[in-house]
Amino acid sequence: MTATIEPEVGKARLRKEDARLITGRTRWTDNLTVPGLLHLAFLRSPVAHAKITSIDVEDARRKPGVIAIFTGRDLAEAQGSLPCAWPITPDQKAPAAPSLAVDQVNFAGEAVAVVVARGNAEAHDALEAIEVEYEDLPVVLDMTAAVADGADLVHADLGTNKSAHWVFDSAEAGTGSDVEQAIAEAEVLIERTYRQQRLIPAFMEPRSVLVDPTGEQTTVWSATQIPHILRLMLALTTGIPEHKLRVIAPDVGGGFGGKLQVTPEEVVSLVVATRLGKPVKWTESRSESLLSAHHGRDQIQKLTLAARRDGTVTGLKVDLLADMGAYLRLVTPGVPILGAFMFNAIYKFPAYRFACTNVFTNKTPTDAYRGAGRPEATYAIERLMDELAAELGRDPIELREQNWIKHDEFPFTTVCGLEYDTGNYEAATAKAKEMFGYDALRAEQRERRERGDVVQLGIGTSTFTEMCGLAPSRVLGSLSYGAGGWEHAAVRMLPSGKVEVVTGSSAHGQGHETAWSQIVADQLGVPFEDVEVLHGDTQTSPRGLDTYGSRSLTVGAMAVLKAGEKVIRKARRIAAHTMECAESDLEFSGGRFTVKGTDRSTGLTDVALAVFAAHDLPDGVEPSLDSEATFDPENFSFPHGTHLCAVDVDTETGFVKIRKYVCVDDVGVVVNPIIVEGQVHGGLAQGLAQALYEEAVHDESGTLTTGTLADYLVPSAVDLPHFDTDRTETPSTTNQLGVKGVGEAGTIASTPAVVNAVVDAVRHFGVNDIQMPCTPMRVWTAINGGPTDAGGLGGEAGGGLGSIDTSGGAA
Amino acid sequence: MIPAAFDYTAPSTVDEAVRALADAGDDAKVIAGGQSLIPVLRMRLAAPTTLVDIGRIPELRGIRDDGDALVIGSTTTHYEVQRDPAVRDHALLLKVATDTVADPQVRHRGTFGGAIAHADPAGDLLAPVLALEAELVLHGLEGERTVAASDFFVDYFTTALRQDEILVAVRVPKHTGWGAHYEKFNRVAQAWSIVAVAAAVRTEGGVIAEARVGLTNMSSVPVRARAVEEALVGQPATVEAIKAAAAHAADGTSATEDSNADTAYREHLARVLTSRAVTAAAGV
Repeated sequence: MTATIEPEVGKARLRKEDARLITGRTRWTDNLTVPGLLHLAFLRSPVAHAKITSIDVEDARRKPGVIAIFTGRDLAEAQGSLPCAWPITPDQKAPAAPSLAVDQVNFAGEAVAVVVARGNAEAHDALEAIEVEYEDLPVVLDMTAAVADGADLVHADLGTNKSAHWVFDSAEAGTGSDVEQAIAEAEVLIERTYRQQRLIPAFMEPRSVLVDPTGEQTTVWSATQIPHILRLMLALTTGIPEHKLRVIAPDVGGGFGGKLQVTPEEVVSLVVATRLGKPVKWTESRSESLLSAHHGRDQIQKLTLAARRDGTVTGLKVDLLADMGAYLRLVTPGVPILGAFMFNAIYKFPAYRFACTNVFTNKTPTDAYRGAGRPEATYAIERLMDELAAELGRDPIELREQNWIKHDEFPFTTVCGLEYDTGNYEAATAKAKEMFGYDALRAEQRERRERGDVVQLGIGTSTFTEMCGLAPSRVLGSLSYGAGGWEHAAVRMLPSGKVEVVTGSSAHGQGHETAWSQIVADQLGVPFEDVEVLHGDTQTSPRGLDTYGSRSLTVGAMAVLKAGEKVIRKARRIAAHTMECAESDLEFSGGRFTVKGTDRSTGLTDVALAVFAAHDLPDGVEPSLDSEATFDPENFSFPHGTHLCAVDVDTETGFVKIRKYVCVDDVGVVVNPIIVEGQVHGGLAQGLAQALYEEAVHDESGTLTTGTLADYLVPSAVDLPHFDTDRTETPSTTNQLGVKGVGEAGTIASTPAVVNAVVDAVRHFGVNDIQMPCTPMRVWTAINGGPTDAGGLGGEAGGGLGSIDTSGGAA
Repeated sequence: MIPAAFDYTAPSTVDEAVRALADAGDDAKVIAGGQSLIPVLRMRLAAPTTLVDIGRIPELRGIRDDGDALVIGSTTTHYEVQRDPAVRDHALLLKVATDTVADPQVRHRGTFGGAIAHADPAGDLLAPVLALEAELVLHGLEGERTVAASDFFVDYFTTALRQDEILVAVRVPKHTGWGAHYEKFNRVAQAWSIVAVAAAVRTEGGVIAEARVGLTNMSSVPVRARAVEEALVGQPATVEAIKAAAAHAADGTSATEDSNADTAYREHLARVLTSRAVTAAAGV
């Protein structure tokens, strides 16, 4: 009966969670309520750097509906210091990180007081009645100035704005040769400085947290990517015992790394609820989110690429300044380190050195944002490869191929010591070139350039790879990360034959419920509809390391698969007992145990019912098929792909229009093509946004001037081109499913493809760089011989709402 | 994003609205579609004590033909302006500019008069109203008065409206048979115009007989590019002639600087976009 069912893995199923997520008729944190709920509103600093000389809350306390007001001083002891789990060096400097500022504010938007009121509106009304006096301190905004001698300091007690200096050198590590020698002997040197502008994750669902302390366990609902990590960190930060906390991430509307955090608001909500013995809820506004949720990127990259005249690359040297913002949040210092192993990308550099200085400034803290370190690295190397091609007069794809790892050279140990398991850059590139019509577009480009067309065509390439599927625990340990990289799962067989899958991965839009169901349906031979996936609640899913770094499928689903194997193993013993044969006589396929060479069989679901009854089990066998597994990957996964972008640049206005975008990604075996397609599209949108649209801009006083979506330009569908996507499929050999991560691929790959195309379109005007985002003014200014960063830091926001008052913006 | 508390009244006649405004004093605001005001309230950039909602006054909504002009009620939505055949036939420039306003949701809620009275210099309907030499009908305690568009816009978000007055209608002289184009330049679809140019052109036998050009976001108020208009009249409707005339587009403007554009770039854009707008309007 089940002999010929079509495999679920590979099937383009619509996602079973989508109806509730898309309509919003679901358990978003802000949709939840409990009896007696009180509401929180945060007062935020309008200034970037100041001593708090006084806070007067007396008038506010008398406002209607106000229950209590707490300042940082009131909560100083209980709130502890926000955790940073990634001390990248033993001597890393880290300031105390209070959730509510106590004596001093260090970025505009930092919370200084919290109002607790019966209603949300009453809480916000009372904010305006709090009087705070600030004594301004010098504002530190520019990283280069911040690391200079005699610089003003963000944290005077640290004595420096440098948090840490981290180095990887292939000669010292024994994984390659000396880069200084390569530079000294280079026939060609490409030296560039690129800026990774500050971005804001801008997830769709604003952050929200609800804490109910009225049970034996205190329950924390939060719009978070990391319920398990959050539970542990809240316990360690506040001193509330871990077993007294239950954390639930209900349906979560996106994160992109922006909800990979232990937030000040989560800590304060927990502390306030505990102190009052009453449930509280906080939900941020969009402007509050843009202002105070962690930002991403923000690096200055000083790069030197050494090569021979024949185009062979011989060395790469990277010097980074990475902006931490005012504090080290959960993994802030490690973000640039995640890029350290990716600058060499798919190329056979014999010598490599990476050095990073992490810098404090008076800005919102940075932390993970989709790709986290790897987009920055990929941008740098893919831009440099185009620059080398231009310098040598070579076709940029052909030059890349000369230097990349060939498909028959895998597994390949890189100059960083990583082992790339599989890949086929030739196949992906050939397919992409064909889909793109590369040669015809190059011909058109030549023709239009010769004709002096007002609109010039540019072609950009990005042949990326990335390391994802975080991560082998031993590797994380070697990088001083504070936790492992395993994942946990359980598979439970219900008496009626239905299946519950518990996963430690914490979906926030990825489609785990669908994908895990497909995998388990195939493995156990049960219908897709008979599988329920449970996640995001530390009570039902007691162990887990959550979702980030494209790890869910390569690590989390592998744990599910391992747990499923144990179910089958247990069931096999019982099936053999029932059918009076040896276990080795049974083969399991399509959900049935069959005695080899006979037509005698019994279904897994029959075994499940027999186990429930427990009337006739072998001696010493527990009446349960339920199984757990914890999977620790042996290696990262290394998806790759070739992205080609054609842009039309209006040389009269500087406007860039993407004309064609082709990407061929290799993410190994695909469980659900629709989910992969969605991940690629979303990733491309965010990568293109960095290239052309988005930038968090601060004025000279440290005020975020892009504090609304009128100024922080997230592109919409209208602004994005049609994406021509396709795949090649080179299965990963480091996991049983043959899968690789896809969550970050589009973001990592696309940014340099677009900027390479823009520069290519106007290179004949003498342009070899334009700073991101490539705004029309920057492009036009560069064409006309001006600087590449026109209209940068400190400009007034260009949108219609203007720069918002930061405290007002949070109201 | 919760506004400060305010009183709310929704009168059913213009007289009641005017009286409510006068009674509430300086801190009253008129609300129609709310597409500009509500974000400002939610961010507490403004905290009026009273909102007078004119959205329920039937006489303020609709478009009527008044012989040599169209009279557009102030609470007529952008969507209604876009779809109105009389607007298309006699004030095409208004239609094509309205097509570029925000998105369909906003165009269904936002009102024509609201956009004019809000007087955001980056708003897309001010320059067309100015270029078409519209008259604005204002109603206050002392009755009705009419103000030319060129006198209505005073400064950023500031108009000739007195505290007790509401904009009841816009009288747009018919420009039947004129070509029109609104050339909008922004970075993403939902963003405000960095610069935009509203052009209406009447040609006779391949020669430009009349031209009207208005500029968006080139000053604290919409600007009429009169030097361009004068240079166009009598010229052949050719790309070269139009480009030469458009070279005057930034004359007399006072564009601001922001992160999207400095003054020189805005002036350059004004010239390029004027050339393109007029070329399209002339059907070249």
